[in-house]
Formats: sequence, structure tokens, C-alpha cells
Amino acid sequence: MLEKALRGSRGYWMWIIFLVAVTANGFFFYWQQLNYGLGITGMSRDVSWGLYIAQFTFLVGIAASAVMLVLPYYLHDYKAFGKITVLGEFLAVSAVIMCVTFVFVDLGQPSRVMNIFLHPAPTSILFWDTIVLSGYMLINIITGWVVLSCDRKEVPPPAWVKPLIYLSIPWAVSIHTVTAFIYAGLPGRSFWLTAIMAPRFLASAFASGPALLIIFCLILKKYAGFDAGKTAIQTLAKIVAYALAASIFFVLVELFTAFYGGLPEHEAHFRYLFSGLHGHHNLVPWMWTSAVLAFGALAALIYPRARNSEPVLVAACAAVFLSLWIEKGLGLVVTGFIPSPLEAVTEYVPTGPEMAIALGVWAGGFLILTLLYRIFVAVRQEENS
Amino acid sequence: MTPNRRDFLKIAGMSTLSLIAPAILRPAFAKEKLSIPGAKTNQTSSSQQLKGKRWAMAVDFAKCRRGCVDCIAACHEVHNVPQFGNPKDEIKWIWREKFAAIFPSESHPYLPESLQRQGIPVLCNHCANPPCVKVCPTKATFKRADGIVIMDYHRCIGCRFCMAACPYGARSMNYRDPRPFISKINPDFPTRTKGVVEKCNFCEERLVQGILPACVTACKEKALVFGDMEDPKAEIRLLLSKHFNLRRRAHLGTEPQIYYIV
Repeated sequence: MLEKALRGSRGYWMWIIFLVAVTANGFFFYWQQLNYGLGITGMSRDVSWGLYIAQFTFLVGIAASAVMLVLPYYLHDYKAFGKITVLGEFLAVSAVIMCVTFVFVDLGQPSRVMNIFLHPAPTSILFWDTIVLSGYMLINIITGWVVLSCDRKEVPPPAWVKPLIYLSIPWAVSIHTVTAFIYAGLPGRSFWLTAIMAPRFLASAFASGPALLIIFCLILKKYAGFDAGKTAIQTLAKIVAYALAASIFFVLVELFTAFYGGLPEHEAHFRYLFSGLHGHHNLVPWMWTSAVLAFGALAALIYPRARNSEPVLVAACAAVFLSLWIEKGLGLVVTGFIPSPLEAVTEYVPTGPEMAIALGVWAGGFLILTLLYRIFVAVRQEENS
Repeated sequence: MTPNRRDFLKIAGMSTLSLIAPAILRPAFAKEKLSIPGAKTNQTSSSQQLKGKRWAMAVDFAKCRRGCVDCIAACHEVHNVPQFGNPKDEIKWIWREKFAAIFPSESHPYLPESLQRQGIPVLCNHCANPPCVKVCPTKATFKRADGIVIMDYHRCIGCRFCMAACPYGARSMNYRDPRPFISKINPDFPTRTKGVVEKCNFCEERLVQGILPACVTACKEKALVFGDMEDPKAEIRLLLSKHFNLRRRAHLGTEPQIYYIV
């Protein structure tokens, strides 16, 4: 099946070359980071995690969202999703690869990465995250690939895949829960020390992931001649709407406790996010953009006539994706460090090389995704002809 | 004269042997001479060692002189702590902070002005329940039986989870190669490499030699008192039983072992 990725239109190859170039550029700057150290990034003594770990956190959500296709199809026999569950699984695979890469590029001593397995520490959530993430990637690559090859041969998938697919459902929940626990179990970081962190992560994941899938389905429809079907897209849009509503609700609940409760060490972080602290307000415009996009998208997705119009749907999905990327991929990680445990407000701005590396990882992930989707589309076209 | 086959093999054999022999013999010879920075401590007799069940420190900051950096300078010199000259890459094991930053919950504008303005020494709290140890994915940070929280710089992968976990901001990352920024390298203590985290080690390398921590001996005012909390007759216990004292952010349950006498 792999050879199908090697055949494509001129546009397909242009896109591939573009992604390879961005990835190569990332490699170039990563080489510099290896030589100089992580000081090449905007991270500091006070803000010791930045863009990399934030992208990792956001992408775990994208990976987990595959369950929103798998669950309705396999547990409720929702036929409309039958054609596209593999798209969700392949998205999960490439997202997990990006996650792992982001953690890797964030290491100060990448050559020692195997220490995680040579000296395993079960008290560390990072140890468990490595396990659930690698397990999730394996499950998805196996189930996605087997189901697609069987479709191609027009035979039903072997019986052993079913239990694996069922396992992938709680496993998807686990990856984002464990990732939330990285943050939610640190007594000194009051911004993250909240039991709602895991539910919040899951809600935002189930909005941003399916939103991205809708966009991908519509791109495949327009440029690759694969139609996921209106029912599937509309159901996905409803999933996005509900998950987005839950996500917004969870954030508002957090804001209530922070501001009405008024506990200074809890409130300070939210103040930094939405109004600035001691004259520092780098993230304020971003967070308000995120808020406006979220509410706008929610309105568009709830109102059926808006949701049914394809251009509006694409805009709404892009808004959801961008809004939640700002919230999780920009605000959430950095703000945990601002103010610092010693009440210092040190702001964080990613540097050029850091952004180039991050873009390189994204491009690498999209490259894998493109190849997998190309194979998927080729198999589906073969079936039709 | 052209060498025949027999001579050739002889010469080849001898040369091979001469190449291999030192490699085989070297470890046996080297054992006596092998010196590792800081390894001096291994030779100290155990009777000299300072032994404790739970090392702790009392900071009587009323005694601190204004603008004094003796403890900081001594510590950073002994431990090869680099000076980058910018707050972003900064590495510090012990430094001074304002009362409001150290005790945010206990601080208010009506405290004595001298207290508000004073810089108070802060360092790793060597928590009895350290969050940094719990989160480390490689056990590079661990707590010893005597309570010292310490790091293995050769195992650390530089993930900085411990920095996120530390509620005291006591940890620093080597964001770049520290060696060019050490003014005078102390050969008895290892330097670090880029990409690892570091922090105060309560001078464990001095304790095994029977010497008190560098910051404690450097303080002419005797503002820093080091001792074993499990020893009822220790000076630190006497001091803490006589004077009211605070621990930083004790409500977090980390059981910090630096006690601030107010």
C-alpha cells in the first residue's frame, strides 16, 4: 500500500516539497540548538517551559480526538463515520509523532533520552505519559493500517482488531488525562493545580481535533476527490459545537473560582492572561482573540443554517482550532510560570530559531499525515473504480 | 635483505602485542593515580564525616548585613557556579530575595520597613517531601537518607519537570555551556555540562570531609546555622525552640527544611 503515496498530482508534490523544506529548516535550527543549548530559545530560569511543551500539550488533544470518530462508529454503529474513522486514526498517529518530537526537542540532553527507560521512575507522570503515548500510537497505526488494507482487499477486518479498537477508546481518554496530570499535580503552580484540568483538556481536545478533521475532509473533497459525506461532516460539526461549549464552560468555571474566590496566588495568573500583571501583558491580545473566536465559532456551529453552509463551517472550524491553539498551545503552559514562585513577572517570547524548530516539527507531522491520507484516498478511489 | 615469511609474522606479532599490552595493563596501573574532581572525599576516614539524620538550616536574617554577599560568593565559588550576567540564563544556588517574595502570605505594607527592604538568603529547602524528586522521570534527583535532596548531573536529561515542580524557584537550568563563564574553576568540584538542571546540594561534598557548608562558614555574622533536626541537643534545635520561625510556603506540604527566624 505504501507505494500509493508516491503517486500524486503536481499540487501534491509541491505540497510535499514545501513540507520537506520547512522540516529541513527546522532541522537546521535544531542543529544550532544542539550546539548552543536551549538558551537559543526564549525560555528562562523563571519560564522554563515554552512553545515546545505547549505544542506537545495541544497536540496530545488532537491525537486523543480520534476517539470521537471511533466511538460512534464502533460502539453505536453510526454508519456515516465508517468511511472516515481511518482518517481520525491517521491524524492521531501523526499527532502523537509530533508530540513525542516536541518533548524530544525540549530536552537539554537529548542523547540521554533512553534514561527514561533505563531508570524508570513510576512516581513521575512524564514516565506514564511516555507509556500511554507510545501505546496509543501503536494502537492507531495498527488499527488504521489493518482496516484500510482489508477495505482494499474488500474483506472484513480480522477479528483481533476489534478488541484493539475498543481499547483505543479509553486509551484516548488516558493520554490526555495523564498529560493533564503533568500539570495538575504540582503543589507550587496554582494556575495548573486544579482538578478540572483533565476534563478541560478533553473538552478542548474534542473540539479542536474534530474541527481540524472537518477542514481536512473538505480539503480532500475539493482537491483529492474524496467525499466524506454531508452527514458525517455535519455530525462532526455538532460534536465540535458540544465539545466547544463544554470547553468554554470549564474555562468560565475556572474564572469564577479564581476571581470570586480571590485567592491571590490563583487569581494572579488569570489576571496576567486577561488584563496583564504589573505592566506585563504580552498574552492579553491573544487571549481576547481566543475568547472572541471561541464565542463566534460557537454561535456559528449552534445555528443550523450557518453550520450547513460549507464556507461558514470552514471558517468556524478554523476559528475553533485557532482559539484553542491559543488557549492551550500558547497561554496554558507559559502562564503557569507567570508570576514565578518568587512573585517575579518574567515574560516569555519565543525566539526565531525556536519558532523555526516548532514549525519544522509541525511540518514533519503534516508530511506524515499527507502521505497517510494520500494512501487512504488512493485506496478509496480504487474501491470506487 | 628481503624479510621472509617467518620474520614478517614475528614482527607483526610483536607489534600487535605491543599495541594491545598497554590497553590491557593500563587499568591496573591507573587505579592508583585515577583522580576525579571531588573524589578526594572518598579517602576521608568515616570518623571525620558529619553525619545527620535530617540536615536542616536556620536563617537568622536579622543578623544579615545589608548588601553582604559572602555566603553567595563562597557557595558559587566552591561549586563552580557560572556568572552569565543575564537573568534569562542565570544559575544560582543561594541568593537574596525580599521578604514579600519569600513569604507572600505573611507580608503586608505595615511590616517594619527594615524587614521589607532587607534581602534574605534563599536556597533549596531540601524538603522532607520534595515535589522535584517525585516528578523526575529518570531519578536523577533523589533524596538521601540524611534528608539532602541531590542531583546526578550525568543522568539528568534536562526535561525541567523539576523546575516546574519546585515551589521555591530553587532550580536552575544550564541553558548553555557554563564552563566559559566560571571565573575560577575549583578542581575539587565537578563543573556541569549544558542541558542539565542544578541546585544547592547542602555541601554534601564538605560534610563527608567533616566541614560545614560553605555558606555557613563564610557568614561572619553567624546568621546561618546548620544542623541535624533529629538531634535534640543540636544548636539548630535549641535556636528554633527559643525563637519564632517560619518556613516558606509550608502549607504546600513539602516540609521544607530551611527555617527562617523572625
